[in-house]
Amino acid sequence: MVYITRIEHFNAAHKLYNPSWTKEQNEEVFGKCANENWHGHNFELHVTLSGIPDPDTGFVFDVKKLSTIVNTYVIDKLDHKNLNLDVDFMHGKLCSIENLVIGIWEQLSPNLPSSVKLHALKLYETPRIYVEYFGS
Amino acid sequence: MNHEIAVFRKEHFNAAHRLNNPEWSEEQNREIFGKCNNPNFHGHNYILIVKVVGKIDPVTGYVIDMKTLSNIIKNEILNRFDHKNLNLDCTEFSSLNPSAENIAVVIYNILSSKINPDLKLQVKLYETENNFVEYPAHI
Repeated sequence: MVYITRIEHFNAAHKLYNPSWTKEQNEEVFGKCANENWHGHNFELHVTLSGIPDPDTGFVFDVKKLSTIVNTYVIDKLDHKNLNLDVDFMHGKLCSIENLVIGIWEQLSPNLPSSVKLHALKLYETPRIYVEYFGS
Repeated sequence: MNHEIAVFRKEHFNAAHRLNNPEWSEEQNREIFGKCNNPNFHGHNYILIVKVVGKIDPVTGYVIDMKTLSNIIKNEILNRFDHKNLNLDCTEFSSLNPSAENIAVVIYNILSSKINPDLKLQVKLYETENNFVEYPAHI
């Protein structure tokens, strides 16, 4: 079994804000991340597939095709967007990276061929903060 | 020890912004600024590198105390811009497009008023890993 990873990135605005709380509660829990006028990040997404190298190509999966799939179903929806306002699959959800990585998994996994397995997603919000998700 | 030497302090801030010229139509703005014009904003992890050039103080061995420099950057720049919307929250950009170029000039002007005028200053601002600007261009 081989794991192959493609790295993509997107730049987006968001805020951490629970609409059922008061502004004061949001500021207490989320601090400056609750700024009503948004802030933003350069996000980096690592998509890892697992599989057996194909004897004809040597590939687990063509990473160029993987890049196209990730860009079509994820990056095009997130890049230079407001995660709270512009992204259909985040509507009604708190825009933490924890929830975002689960949303990205749900976008990607049905759009990958059955010959490969989506093994892991790693999502960096800053160079010092990231989450990993393995689909459950 | 009369030669000049450069010291650098690296800091970062995360902010939202959009590029928009209010004198243009929506279509013109979209045409020129593309996805950077999104009316709902987008954002970046900005990395700021402040370069200070001067002679080494024979008493301290410093060009500038890096803790002092760090405090000036935190108080004057990070407190102003970190986790903010540059267009909406920062008066510096109320009538100035917050491009990386303009942000760097604003940062330079703020810092230069707070640092010993005998020292030369230059700021490098990364908007992304691949896009960065430097002001002034030559020191």
